[in-house]
Amino acid sequence: MTRTGKEIVRIDNLHKRYGELEVLKGVDLSVTRGEVVVVVGPSGTGKSTLLRCINLLTVPDSGRVWVDGVEVTAAKTNVNRVRANIGMVFQDFNLFSHLTALQNVAIGLRKVKGISAGRANERAMEELARVGLADKAGSYPNQLSGGQKQRVAIARALAMNPKVMLFDEPTSALDPELIGEVLDVMKRLAHEGITMLVVTHEMGFAKEVSNRLIFMEGGVIVEDGPPDRVFFRPQHSRTRQFLGKISELYGKDEGSAGIDE
Amino acid sequence: MMSDVPAGTVDYLIFILPTLLKGAVVTIKLSTTAFTIGLALGLPLAMIRVYGRGFIRGVAMVYIEALRGTPLLVQLFVIYYGLPDLVPALQLDRYTAAFLALGLNSAAYQAEYFRGAIQSINEGQLQAALSVGMTPFQAVRHIVIPQALRLSLPALSNEVAYMLKYTSIVFIIAVPDLMARGKIIIGKHWRAEEVLTAVAVIYIVLVNTAAKAMGFIEDRYRIPGLQTDRPA
Amino acid sequence: MEGYIAVFRSIPYIFSGVKTTLLLTGAGLAFGALLGLPLALVRVYAGGLWAFVVNLYIQTIRSLPLLVIIFLFYYGIAQALNLPEFLAAALALAVRSSAYQAELFRGAIQSIAQGQMLAARSLGMTRLEAVGYIIVPQAIRVSIPSWSNEAAIVLKDSSLAYAVGVLELMRHTEYVSARTGEPFVSFMVAGVIYFAITFATNRSLDAAERRLRIPSQA
Repeated sequence: MTRTGKEIVRIDNLHKRYGELEVLKGVDLSVTRGEVVVVVGPSGTGKSTLLRCINLLTVPDSGRVWVDGVEVTAAKTNVNRVRANIGMVFQDFNLFSHLTALQNVAIGLRKVKGISAGRANERAMEELARVGLADKAGSYPNQLSGGQKQRVAIARALAMNPKVMLFDEPTSALDPELIGEVLDVMKRLAHEGITMLVVTHEMGFAKEVSNRLIFMEGGVIVEDGPPDRVFFRPQHSRTRQFLGKISELYGKDEGSAGIDE
Repeated sequence: MMSDVPAGTVDYLIFILPTLLKGAVVTIKLSTTAFTIGLALGLPLAMIRVYGRGFIRGVAMVYIEALRGTPLLVQLFVIYYGLPDLVPALQLDRYTAAFLALGLNSAAYQAEYFRGAIQSINEGQLQAALSVGMTPFQAVRHIVIPQALRLSLPALSNEVAYMLKYTSIVFIIAVPDLMARGKIIIGKHWRAEEVLTAVAVIYIVLVNTAAKAMGFIEDRYRIPGLQTDRPA
Repeated sequence: MEGYIAVFRSIPYIFSGVKTTLLLTGAGLAFGALLGLPLALVRVYAGGLWAFVVNLYIQTIRSLPLLVIIFLFYYGIAQALNLPEFLAAALALAVRSSAYQAELFRGAIQSIAQGQMLAARSLGMTRLEAVGYIIVPQAIRVSIPSWSNEAAIVLKDSSLAYAVGVLELMRHTEYVSARTGEPFVSFMVAGVIYFAITFATNRSLDAAERRLRIPSQA
């Protein structure tokens, strides 16, 4: 596989253990600009940990990580600067409860990038419009549905103009009928060329928009390839087993859940 | 006279220790009695507050609000200086006044802790008790009170510590507790820093020992899976 | 009967003690907060030695009767530095309150979900920025009820300044009681005044809490 684009994320031999349990046992990964990479696998196999090691919310025990050419794991690196270039969307949204949707999106611009309030608010409105929530700018997180909260969270991350967007099971905490609106936003981002690394169970999303499907288990990457190949001609039986199960649960050919038969 | 007071700090501390410890004994007696009065009075008050009606409930509420909303010192003065003024026969000696003021005050606070605990026991349990045929009285006695007492333990443990600390105000009416003895000694020798340090240390020991003891009791009687917050 | 009238005539004098009482309370609460919030932040976010020292301070103060603290300031520091007794009492109240406020702020801070900090850091905020812009604003709102409680406590504790001769409400009341020979009425009046102030304070803080509350779904 030739990589013609710029390498946005590079991970070398990442290890992480929590007490007795080793969740990352030497993971290597490379993500090129514009790629949409979906990571699947059983729970507890280190997928979220992998994501969090990229912006160092979790510090790996060993191994190195580069984002847009900057070594995140190097001692001298200003982690906060790096994080401003990485967008993260959490399973539990983690919107700032004391701020409106607009303020949530704008705060990174104002406090981290030092942009003036006026311009920050303009940018924030753009991003909210991009996720379809311009009319909710003045609402507080408590007043929003789960799907709306997650879309605001996506807007908040996008506002920072990140080099890569990390999605940590973005729809796992949502009611089935709300998943669609979030996946639609994510699909649009993918088509716009945003580099994305997504941990999810949503196979429909993977098949529709991802360039690569990665199956992780036991702290290592088991398979990594175009979704069609990984899905239909997986090289490992374990992959076939897992994907088969997921397809049973979520529907093989349909997109996100919520489509009536 | 001044001549037989040891000069060195350590010797001085040893010299005053027995007197201070006598005071500490009074402090302990005061706080345990006050706590007990508070318990004996507070639990019924809480029950009236939760289950009572009309006038008597109003009285309980007024009592609780009044004693929690005013300084302990005011209450002490009202009892010691004020009562005999109202009814000459009620000239209490300073000890009784102290016990009474501290006890009544503690009762008000304990009533609130018990109220919180009682109200946190869900309605359903009472209904279940009644539905097996218990009288309301039995339901309260066998279901509500045992739980309420155990749920209140963290707050009660706090109250014990508070009592130990607040008994110090009785020195103002010349009850010879730890604080009073300390003050008297300061008045005699004018070595405030040393005396106060000793007094402080003794209080710290008392309070922390009581906390540990209450901790053991809490552990022994805690209901697994249920927790209440300690008041600030 | 004339005794009662004398007391009611003296109410203005009793009231003039309220000013000092409020000053003592205000000073105690204000400096208690100024010191307490940073102490709580150290407790929660700083490591090892700092947190240990802060905790030691908090636990020691919380084990001491306020009177001991007042006397320590009065006989110790006030004599050495020639401070007036008002300052000694105010400092004592402040020190005591700082320990209790540190604990209540600590509880509030720790009740803010982890995810808020994670999200803030993921945007590139430093720990300090995250704490300042995201955690503390929320923690303050959460802590208002407990703080309201603490305010009432400091107000009541200010009465202990009497012990070192500060001319606050208790002292004024005692003078009136002595002059009019009506201790019962006098001290009841004092009680009512304390109660009224506590009530008003609780009400205002409740109102403040409601105004600061984040709007949520009905």
